[in-house]
Amino acid sequence: MLDAKIPQEVPLDNKWTYYKGHCKLVNPANKRRLEVIVVGTGLAGASAAAALGELGYQVKAFCFQDSPRRAHSIAAQGGINAAKNYQNDGDSVFRLFYDTIKGGDYRAREANVHRLAEVSTNIIDQCVAQGVPFAREYGGLLSNRSFGGTQVQRTFYAAGQTGQQLLIGAYQAMERQVALGNVKMYSRHEMLDVVMIDGKARGIICRNLVTGKLERFFGHAVLLCTGGYGNVFYLSTNAMGCNVTAIWKAHKKGAWFGNPCFTQIHPTCIPVTGDHQSKLTLMSESLRNDGRIWVPKKQGDNRKPNEIPEEERDYYLERRYPAFGNLVPRDVASRAAKERCDAGYGVGTSKQAVYLDYADAIKRYGKIEAGKQAMENADEATIILLGKEVVKEKYGNLFDMYEKITGENPYEVPMRIYPAVHYTMGGLWVDYELMTTVPGLYCLGEANFSDHGANRLGASALMQGLADGYFVIPYTMGNYMSAEIRTKAISTDHPAFEETEKAVADRINQLMNIKGKQTVESFHKRLGKIMWNKCGMARNAEGLKQAISEIQQLKKDFWSDLRIPGEINEMNPELDKAGRVADFIELGELMCMDALQRNESCGGHFREESQTPEGEADRKDDEFAYVSSWEFKGENQWELHKEELKFEVAKPSKRSYK
Amino acid sequence: MTPLGGTGGFMEHKNINVKLKVWKQKNSQTAGRFETYEAKNISTEMSFLEMFDVLNEELISDGKEPITFDHDCREGICGTCSMYINGRPHGPWHATTTCQLHMRAFNDGETIVVEPWRANAFPVIKDLMVDRTAFERIIQAGGFISVNTGNAVDANAIPVDKDKADASFAAAACIGCGACVAACKNSSAMLFVSAKVTHLALLPQGEPERRTRALNMVAQMDKEGFGGCTNTGACEAVCPKEISIDNIARLNKEYLAAGLLSEK
Repeated sequence: MLDAKIPQEVPLDNKWTYYKGHCKLVNPANKRRLEVIVVGTGLAGASAAAALGELGYQVKAFCFQDSPRRAHSIAAQGGINAAKNYQNDGDSVFRLFYDTIKGGDYRAREANVHRLAEVSTNIIDQCVAQGVPFAREYGGLLSNRSFGGTQVQRTFYAAGQTGQQLLIGAYQAMERQVALGNVKMYSRHEMLDVVMIDGKARGIICRNLVTGKLERFFGHAVLLCTGGYGNVFYLSTNAMGCNVTAIWKAHKKGAWFGNPCFTQIHPTCIPVTGDHQSKLTLMSESLRNDGRIWVPKKQGDNRKPNEIPEEERDYYLERRYPAFGNLVPRDVASRAAKERCDAGYGVGTSKQAVYLDYADAIKRYGKIEAGKQAMENADEATIILLGKEVVKEKYGNLFDMYEKITGENPYEVPMRIYPAVHYTMGGLWVDYELMTTVPGLYCLGEANFSDHGANRLGASALMQGLADGYFVIPYTMGNYMSAEIRTKAISTDHPAFEETEKAVADRINQLMNIKGKQTVESFHKRLGKIMWNKCGMARNAEGLKQAISEIQQLKKDFWSDLRIPGEINEMNPELDKAGRVADFIELGELMCMDALQRNESCGGHFREESQTPEGEADRKDDEFAYVSSWEFKGENQWELHKEELKFEVAKPSKRSYK
Repeated sequence: MTPLGGTGGFMEHKNINVKLKVWKQKNSQTAGRFETYEAKNISTEMSFLEMFDVLNEELISDGKEPITFDHDCREGICGTCSMYINGRPHGPWHATTTCQLHMRAFNDGETIVVEPWRANAFPVIKDLMVDRTAFERIIQAGGFISVNTGNAVDANAIPVDKDKADASFAAAACIGCGACVAACKNSSAMLFVSAKVTHLALLPQGEPERRTRALNMVAQMDKEGFGGCTNTGACEAVCPKEISIDNIARLNKEYLAAGLLSEK
């Protein structure tokens, strides 16, 4: 049975304090002799590398990008939650903990989530001290906003670029350690395997993406901070380079994979325009506060939106969910849009989109504004003009972004939106100390499964990344490292390094020598279509079984007809991509297996067989209150282990929006 | 040019053909040359990089070498994409990164010239991809506040003037893409360095290291081989994040004050 190593001696709200008071320490002289590998330099990786470097460990940090500052944490828009209660509106550590557990639909571990809520306040202090320019009020104090339907204002932000500012803060802290000689940075390096010696993670094999050469690195411990795997769907809001390779290699070396099927699909993204589409762009969820979502009442209606009269429009969210209307939670809004498009009511050239309309909001705000300015008999044109000004004030930057991408003016015509893959709650299984099932191998941030259950709340991803890196791993690693102080650095000439490097080289050669006809992109697109159609917003047993056999066929085709141009020993982005897609194909199969065994609907995971008569998600706590943790047993073979979830403080209740 | 050049409201999309003259260079050791490609049937809905994707797919299928270029987030924030398009970093649209540039910016039959950033401090790695690690070393020289994790006081303990906080944020919006260097006739990195110096100098937390930071970052910039600033403003004109040239004036002031007052 899985042991999460949660301190049992004290109640929930005291566990982290107790842990910190009792975990083992490593003295400064010994820290200087201990080497740590950090793979990935987003919020989790950069903050971990900086914090561990400050403590005196010898850190080596790796990223595949040209600079650590470009990790995809940078793209987070909205903000970061913290239980500061600066607004005096009743927030507390307990409320943040409770909201996160409930938002995750009772599929996260209580102790980890409580710790996250506790350290959230330290994160804001640390970031401000580093010079992160958060938004402020005129009195000079920090500004907060509400986010994702919580009842308190606990989100700290820096315009729509919070992720960027937090990442730059962590990046600069890490670069300071580089200057001090505590961190050595390896950019344009991709980790391709973990090196195991005597059952412990002792290093990694990397490909230097500029020269194409394989390189070996030793570490007393290895930290994987490599983000999410949403790109398994081909199209997602992730960056082009985001991939599963690092954690997948670790998985195949013995790290179990937790809840792989838990994926978050965000309802308001700019829709696909054609087969050329390479990625999807998120439009902030705040747009649903004022916009109305609709499709034509007639199937396949090709008229322009402005030519469709009011009575021929179906405001389907308002019709289906009169209580919440356009403000239903992310998963519900996403599934409802899919239902309309699948039924033939979609709009735009692709017919895979719905309208988000601001015409009513413009008129409403215009009337209020006219009233404020005492214009009693303002005509329609004046009201619209005034209304547009108000909307511009509130959402101007988002409207500009939409216009840049689509070429359409959202003040004049309704925006077209469609759901897109955004975040993966699943990841490597870790215990309370963030260690995977491989001794010495840790996993931080989005790459692990631990804190968000079946659904992540807005503004919580940044919080978790920095919590893991700045405030959790510096403590929990000591428990392992204190037993390693007598372990001398192992030479990379050790046979384990040689064997692992050879296996990596063999696989690269195998990929290059297929010399088939089809491109990496074409396989990735095929995989994405299978995943999106059968393991996306709604899943059923039959579809998942089909997906598994389709993916197995795709894998055969990939390994027999792939074409990669160029050479091994040079910069070769197609080869980099081929390795990542090969891993995505294997992951896709596991995600479908996981979705198949979880015959309940919870959070972002909706099984069509498990719904109420009204079509709402039906969670089954009696059967499925566990973390599914998968052990790799060989090609296409996995064994399921379950970590039972016990809710001692936050007792499970139904989420309802009607 | 603006993204929506007077079309107002609904956009009609069409397909166009363009000719591309693209810089090809095997690696930093070999000489490069322009290669000509035809990109046919390109939807004006595509982004510029998606047009490259389509072209690369054709090249690979035809057994030819694809074009190598840097890109990642494709939403204008990571700063990875870096192309000189028709004589301008990031192409014709104001305040827009290459990845956000769309094909409706171009006409049917147009020839588009694409080059990498050109600067001694940014050597070409392959084709359109350059090495920008010089920027990393400039940050290492002082682009940070020296505070170890766990040392921080409460975030609201030190109030910060809102105007200063906003100005600091505006400078911190720099994405480190290097367009400013590419646009400058001297390949100066002054806009990049000044944005970082401004970001930290305007905050009370950045005050203790204010002087050494300006001196050390400028010294490193010179060491990396970036040129001097002659205030032509080309950097500001091409910056996708609209970082103001006022930051350079501030850097000059900071540098001068540091030189006069520093005891180190």
